[in-house]
Amino acid sequence: MTVDVVALEEELVSRGVAASADVAEYALWLGDDALILAQQLGWWVSRAPELEEDVALGNIALDLLGHARSLLHYAGSADGRTEDDLAYWREASAFRSVHIVEQPNGDFAHTIVRQLIASHYMFELYLRLQRSSDATLAAIAAKAVKEVEYHCDHARQWMLRLALGTDESRRRVITALADLWPYVDEQFRDAPLIDRLGAVETGTVESGTVESGGVAVRPSNLREPFDAAISELFNEAELEIPAGPVARGGGRDGVHSEYLQYILGEMQWLTRQHPGARW
Amino acid sequence: MVSGAWQVAATVVDPEIPVLTIEDLGILREVRVTAGVAEVTITPTYSGCPAMDAIRDDLERALTDAGYRAVRVHLTLSPAWTTDWMSEAGKKKLQKYGIAPPTGRARAAGASGPISVTMAVKCPHCNSLNTRELSRFGSTSCKALYECRDCLEPFDYFKVI
Repeated sequence: MTVDVVALEEELVSRGVAASADVAEYALWLGDDALILAQQLGWWVSRAPELEEDVALGNIALDLLGHARSLLHYAGSADGRTEDDLAYWREASAFRSVHIVEQPNGDFAHTIVRQLIASHYMFELYLRLQRSSDATLAAIAAKAVKEVEYHCDHARQWMLRLALGTDESRRRVITALADLWPYVDEQFRDAPLIDRLGAVETGTVESGTVESGGVAVRPSNLREPFDAAISELFNEAELEIPAGPVARGGGRDGVHSEYLQYILGEMQWLTRQHPGARW
Repeated sequence: MVSGAWQVAATVVDPEIPVLTIEDLGILREVRVTAGVAEVTITPTYSGCPAMDAIRDDLERALTDAGYRAVRVHLTLSPAWTTDWMSEAGKKKLQKYGIAPPTGRARAAGASGPISVTMAVKCPHCNSLNTRELSRFGSTSCKALYECRDCLEPFDYFKVI
């Protein structure tokens, strides 16, 4: 009597379907965003302002880690690497995450503003990626969008409480906005990869204009719905979108700030110190 | 044969909510038997749900004990799990266990702007509808934390997704 031992990671996404090199690159874009943000949020467990918030940020991190596992597993199917190979054995220059997710946790306001920016981008992206002609990406997106909607709501509730709370909480959230808003723009930059993969749609979801056969979501198409959601919130929170310069970016090409090195150092040291370690 | 394997698979419980079977939760999607080999397809509640490893091991054990020659457990993400798949019997068991079951049906993501909690959540201890949400995130991914304003007990609520 034998039991086939099936490793979970090999079964996470559609069986036996290998991603092409371009699809794998795109899966890394999204998977690395989720992985780095999950790693950052994990730091807050036991350090958040209240117990409920330890739990909330821990849960959000767990959701993101789930997305990262599915996406990295799929990316690895292109060249035979596992999700762990990709998470633990790549150098910073091989990561494709945007700079917003590698910005330091800072104070609680910085973490919440970073959550606001990242979760609203991810929500608009996954909402559209559900219609990808790539069945695996569409399945991951359909699952993720429901979870990320909760992350958006979490960030919005905190933005209201911080902005309309005390003078000190308001001061801190305005500082965090000024520090982090330069990194918004990079999320919405197009790249030749998207043209090669084909865009899922050209218009908004509401208008129903869908470019058939597309695999990826065109980042620039997400800017308008992102801005609309943020404007609505900022009206209520009596906040203004900071004017100022736009950060250089380059994360999608593997160009990162030094912050990512420290995050990877923390995340990867155990695996690298003790290859093959298990518990 | 197929229904027999389904019945065995359906005895496996969620390790974090042991009163619910994976059938009650709607996690168990498909069971097939070919030449004594049982193939089971399950779907995670949340993308990062850590209970899936334990459920997979339990499925393998239960079906092997039932005499199936080999067991394969597949995980599928599509269609995405929803609380709408939870059985009525499961909801009653949850309530009795002290966890408020999901109220209302899931809607498509982004269908009507931000999530709104419109239906009152009933306290599983005293049945009061005078409850409030303490945190949208609870002891596991699938639950939110509530408090009853009448009996003052905190409780978990299985949130609609």
